[in-house]
Amino acid sequence: MTSISLFEILVKIIGAIVIAFLGIVIGLFYKGIDRKLAARMQARVGPPIRQPFLDFFKLMIKENIVPENAVPWIFNGAPIMTLVSSITILLYLPVGNIPPILSGYGDIVLIIYLLTLPAIGMVVGGFASGSPYANIGAQREMVMMMSYELPLVTAVIALGWKLSQVYPQLNVFSLVAINANPIWGLVGPLGFIGAILLFITLAAVTPGELSKIPFDAPEAETELAGGILVEYSGRNLALFGLTDAVKTIVMTSLTVALFFPYGISHLLAFNGAFALIVDTLFFLVKIFLVMFFEVTFIRVAVARLKIDQVSFAYWIPVSIIGLLGLMLIVLDTIIV
Amino acid sequence: MKLNKYFERSLWVFHLNTGSCNGCDIEIVAGLTPRYDLERFGIKLVGSPKHADVLLVTGPVTGRMTDRVKRIYEQTPNPKAVIAVGTCGTSGGVFYNSYNLAGSIDKVIPVDVYVLGCPVRPEAIINGVLQAWIKLEKLRESMNAAPAK
Repeated sequence: MTSISLFEILVKIIGAIVIAFLGIVIGLFYKGIDRKLAARMQARVGPPIRQPFLDFFKLMIKENIVPENAVPWIFNGAPIMTLVSSITILLYLPVGNIPPILSGYGDIVLIIYLLTLPAIGMVVGGFASGSPYANIGAQREMVMMMSYELPLVTAVIALGWKLSQVYPQLNVFSLVAINANPIWGLVGPLGFIGAILLFITLAAVTPGELSKIPFDAPEAETELAGGILVEYSGRNLALFGLTDAVKTIVMTSLTVALFFPYGISHLLAFNGAFALIVDTLFFLVKIFLVMFFEVTFIRVAVARLKIDQVSFAYWIPVSIIGLLGLMLIVLDTIIV
Repeated sequence: MKLNKYFERSLWVFHLNTGSCNGCDIEIVAGLTPRYDLERFGIKLVGSPKHADVLLVTGPVTGRMTDRVKRIYEQTPNPKAVIAVGTCGTSGGVFYNSYNLAGSIDKVIPVDVYVLGCPVRPEAIINGVLQAWIKLEKLRESMNAAPAK
């Protein structure tokens, strides 16, 4: 990493733009599928799959109201900050067999730090909008952030530690290394159970990170009238919609990268560019399945938790499951 | 000129009760149930007037609500439409000329579409929401047709 040529920089910039565009488009598309499937599960017809695009274009031409007692530059800056930070995470995540664009410039620990940025952006925006509803929403978001960090970090650290025991010479926290060595192949029976527990932990953190039911207390449509987003309208609300879409892709990609980094091209004996395309499509199928089970299914099946219940759920049961998984993986390594 | 082709497929509705007996409000909520499913037209009930395109106002405006209705109308970002839902909102209904009423909704804020009924049918509400947009588009067309100032 001492010096990189101008060409590499150019490739990275173009790649970043392409990834950002694709992340937004696929995110909105998946949001449409999510809404359609949720509607079908509730025995409704549901909106067309392009509904999130329609909502976005509509919001873009709506009037943008800045409340009187808001702080305008923070109020208008928060949506941009959340969108940019969530797109930045996308640049660190591998897509199928394609390594991340910023591979080598940051590892999964950086991703964990970056994951707090969209949430912080929303908190800042909520406080800056000067509405009591947004204020309560922002406080809840902060409480939730503090609650789900421990289980999230537990899951990631456990995987990295296991990898460091098997391959001491690897840079174990880089996503390329994690992607190349799936956890399921490295562990014995005990560790396998541990890995399942860690996966459950990450699956429980995902809806919280995305502010989806049952962990949508900060946005709570019915009690806080949109919570953090209550004062946002027009363009700013549209940007928050994009952030939500991109964050869905980020969290599902993270789950896939940590637990299911398998490709199918070598099974089908494809190679070259064709294999890349097949693996990318397979990756899209994988993140769809993860989204379906971690977001859509859960949000239809259960009701919203109160914020104290959310905090309890993350600190006690989910953390215990995560630590149990960590211990099982450690035991597995020590015994074998 | 069409206002925006995305609007008619993505209308977000804010429901405002200005003193209704709750009959019309129940019918609006019925529109969200699987039987009527407002969401298939892209209509979504939102919790904040800042997110809304359409204001669904139910009930006659009581004296105390007058200022609030005006403020909520002003908080709704342009372009917007207002729908008076139910007989009370349209004329005052059985509360006509009551001592504590400011009157029907159109005495307080401009109304685009009136949906009648006591209570209204959910189908009528869905139709009214879609009609409101057509009306607003026509208004915009006539404004564009007029010579520029």
